[in-house]
Amino acid sequence: MRGALIPLRKRSGRGWTLGIYIARRLLWMVPVLLFVIFITFFLAHVAPGSPWDREGRQLSPAVINNLNLKYGLDRPIWTQFGIYLWNVIHFDFGDSYQHTGQSVNSLILDSWPYTFKLGAIAFVVILVFGVSLGVVAALRQNSIIDYAAVGLATVGASVPNFVVGIVLIIILSNFLYKATNETFFLPTGGYPQDFVHMIMPVATLSFLPIAYLARLTRSSTLDSLRQDFVRTAWAKGLKERFVVTRHVLKNSLIPVVTTAGPLFAGLITGSVIVETIFQVPGIGRAYVTSIEARDYPMILGTTVLYAGLVALLNLVVDVAYVFIDPRVRLD
Amino acid sequence: MAQAMVAQPADWEAQEQIGLWTDAWRRFRRNRLAVASLAVVVLMIVLAAIAPILQRLGVIADPTVQDVVNSYQSPAFGHHLLGTDDLGRDVLSKVLFGAQVSLSIGILVQVMVLFLGGGIGLVAGYFGGWIDNVLMRFTDIMYAFPDLLFVLIIVAALGPTYFNILFAIGFVAWVGLARLVRGQVLSIKEKEYVEAAHAAGTTPFKIIIKHLLPNALGPVIVTLTFGIPAAIFTEAVLDFLGVGLRPPQPSWGVMVFEGYAAVDAYAYLVIIPCVALSMTMLAFNFVGDGLRDALDPRMRR
Repeated sequence: MRGALIPLRKRSGRGWTLGIYIARRLLWMVPVLLFVIFITFFLAHVAPGSPWDREGRQLSPAVINNLNLKYGLDRPIWTQFGIYLWNVIHFDFGDSYQHTGQSVNSLILDSWPYTFKLGAIAFVVILVFGVSLGVVAALRQNSIIDYAAVGLATVGASVPNFVVGIVLIIILSNFLYKATNETFFLPTGGYPQDFVHMIMPVATLSFLPIAYLARLTRSSTLDSLRQDFVRTAWAKGLKERFVVTRHVLKNSLIPVVTTAGPLFAGLITGSVIVETIFQVPGIGRAYVTSIEARDYPMILGTTVLYAGLVALLNLVVDVAYVFIDPRVRLD
Repeated sequence: MAQAMVAQPADWEAQEQIGLWTDAWRRFRRNRLAVASLAVVVLMIVLAAIAPILQRLGVIADPTVQDVVNSYQSPAFGHHLLGTDDLGRDVLSKVLFGAQVSLSIGILVQVMVLFLGGGIGLVAGYFGGWIDNVLMRFTDIMYAFPDLLFVLIIVAALGPTYFNILFAIGFVAWVGLARLVRGQVLSIKEKEYVEAAHAAGTTPFKIIIKHLLPNALGPVIVTLTFGIPAAIFTEAVLDFLGVGLRPPQPSWGVMVFEGYAAVDAYAYLVIIPCVALSMTMLAFNFVGDGLRDALDPRMRR
């Protein structure tokens, strides 16, 4: 079993190939991030409206002029871009326009833990529920559990996650509050500090991925159940537990790893929606509010963070795949 | 042709005559869920299309006319079948006019994706070499960035109008199709019948039209069909986040956005557009499933 998981030691030279592969992928991230910064920078500056627009009473032209001077918005756009790139290389994403006197770095560091906590818990929930649902459905094919799992997977793949969130709010907050004579309900907003606050955001975030993962695990498990080595395992008289854990799961989980990449990206986009619904002060919420406020440095900072994160996680997934499936060759 | 086939079922040469589309339609028809979903989709499209006529005939109210005296009326038989919202506007007519937005964006985005993604994939796959390299590296970069976030920035930059939203979603959604078409073209290019056509002196243009396109069409149609609910979802999310279309405009996302403010008192204002949205997306996904089974050549006899 261990041999299959660590192919690196078996084949000489493979470690080198892997090192070069990782280095190349990391280098490839540089143009990707540059392109993302470039596009976002110019799109954000083209946007109609300026960060100094106020609802109601407008700022006086002199004040706007001073603000432009302070933040360097009076300079030609290419100069601004150059300065911005230079600062980004030094991990300085500038100051937020929206929150005066606060740097983008500190704002991101403040909101990051909420997003990360939600995402990490949702990731575990997705893996546990998605995989177990899929495996059970496959082992008891055409049973009630199977039909329930397939039905959930089909519906879950089509229901937008903000609809899931709202339905949960209606049931677990509003309805529960009335049903328990106004004594108990799940909180809908606020910081994800404790378990109770986390239930609905995590459920909303993980509903769709669980459905997707369950469907995938079910079909890959059905595939491995039909393999000859599984029939051999049964013929040897192994107990179901051993057949499933030692022979079926090890093979049926390989395709699951490939979905981890899109899964991370989905969690990140999901965080934008979920944090808006449940008023979580995380990066996703910051992203939407900074777009509304034309807070250029904040938009750019969060965008770069997201893009870098997705690229990095995809790399991790691809490398993990090499370790898990010995048939995969690096190109 | 179909008649001849029925008349001589034993003649395998006659069976060969069944075209791709006849065969696919026959397989599709066997999938009841897909057929029912197709009916739902067609019904939705028809209702959305005739909504302005219904309004003129007086069957449904104007979705933008306010009637504050009659606000927050619960759904009931009578004048307002699905009730009224916070400003007394008729919810049923808002749903029907909202369907126009969702369905047209879902479908028009696919037209854009077909030209952009299909074009880029076809060019990259057919010509290969440095053209392929440049186009695919560009595709990789686009792929590296989460769709929704990119759409959000573009819409914020261009302004929240219908056409800007359409453009933004289409501009981001083409990546998957480009990769698919390129892969298809690369594999079909190696097939014997293309080689045979080459040897027979067929022009490259005719090879693309006669051989590459029909053979790549199945997966492309399936991808585009699955793209429709995805585009509908993205548009609704933009509205819901407050970045997309704005309130007087009737759209499902806007309705959820408006209703969400009073979700604890008037849940139906949120549930109705949510149901419309989920049902439409579900129907398109089932149609997509049915098409995939019907068009997948590996499953053909």
